[in-house]
Amino acid sequence: MAVEWYLVLSSLLFATGAAGLLIRRNPLVILLCLELMLNAGNLALLAFARSLGDMDGQIFALVVMVVAACEVVIGLGLIVAMYRRRLPLNVDDMRGLRG
Amino acid sequence: MVAVAFFAGALGALGGAVAVIALRNPFYSVLALIVHLVSLAGLFLLLHAEFVAAAQIVVYAGAIVVLYVFVAAYIGGVEESLWEPIPGQRLLAPLLAASLFVVLSIAILGTGLSALGERGPEIQLGFGTPSEIGTLLLERFLLVFELVSLLLLVAAVAAVVLAGRRREEAAGAGNGVAGPAARPEVRPEPARAGSGLEADHSGGGAP
Repeated sequence: MAVEWYLVLSSLLFATGAAGLLIRRNPLVILLCLELMLNAGNLALLAFARSLGDMDGQIFALVVMVVAACEVVIGLGLIVAMYRRRLPLNVDDMRGLRG
Repeated sequence: MVAVAFFAGALGALGGAVAVIALRNPFYSVLALIVHLVSLAGLFLLLHAEFVAAAQIVVYAGAIVVLYVFVAAYIGGVEESLWEPIPGQRLLAPLLAASLFVVLSIAILGTGLSALGERGPEIQLGFGTPSEIGTLLLERFLLVFELVSLLLLVAAVAAVVLAGRRREEAAGAGNGVAGPAARPEVRPEPARAGSGLEADHSGGGAP
């Protein structure tokens, strides 16, 4: 398969994640949509690594996975903290920092 | 054969992604994410990234999804409100996503990348294997490797600080434990409920 198939699939997955980020209100699902977008980026990185025959892209994808894991840990910690303080689990209601 | 595998993986990844954003129950969304991740790992295998595919399965489907499942079971079902701060946002968002896809596709296919339209060079032996990845990580990308480990440490500490008990809660729980018998009335539930209500007022009460 040529590399542009992977790139088009990657952009389709990225657009899907962006749509979910805009549509959903649950912070847990919003974190899942962030995962979708990061994975789309990983797919593009690996496609370029294959098409260039260079393994640097694979290292980059691994680093992206680690950063995604850190982001998930922080996000889920925030969600648990919100739940324990009886705050509403809805990103539209969490507007205490609005100017 | 490769085309069949690619389209099967693409269908699974896309179906999983759509199911993640379409299913009402967050628990089912997490399960759909597993389908997405496993299909994506198959695509990684097609791209000769064997180690990244294995790491995807182990790290994502093994660890992160379990974390998501625990939190989804902990917070339970959350109903989504119908109130929208921007009118028509739920209708406009798919439109924006579709236009984003079109723009990205034009940018990818219209560019003059020399790698487009071909399968890429013949890869050398050992491309994407753990030994090659390890050699790169410990020689050329050693600084990146160490910084990433530091980032993981900071994230672990931050998760403990964020989701751990507050100091007054811990003190209350300590009193409860030190008491001669289990006394449910000294549990700090009312105080937490009160602070939660205040925060709710200050958070959601703004017009």
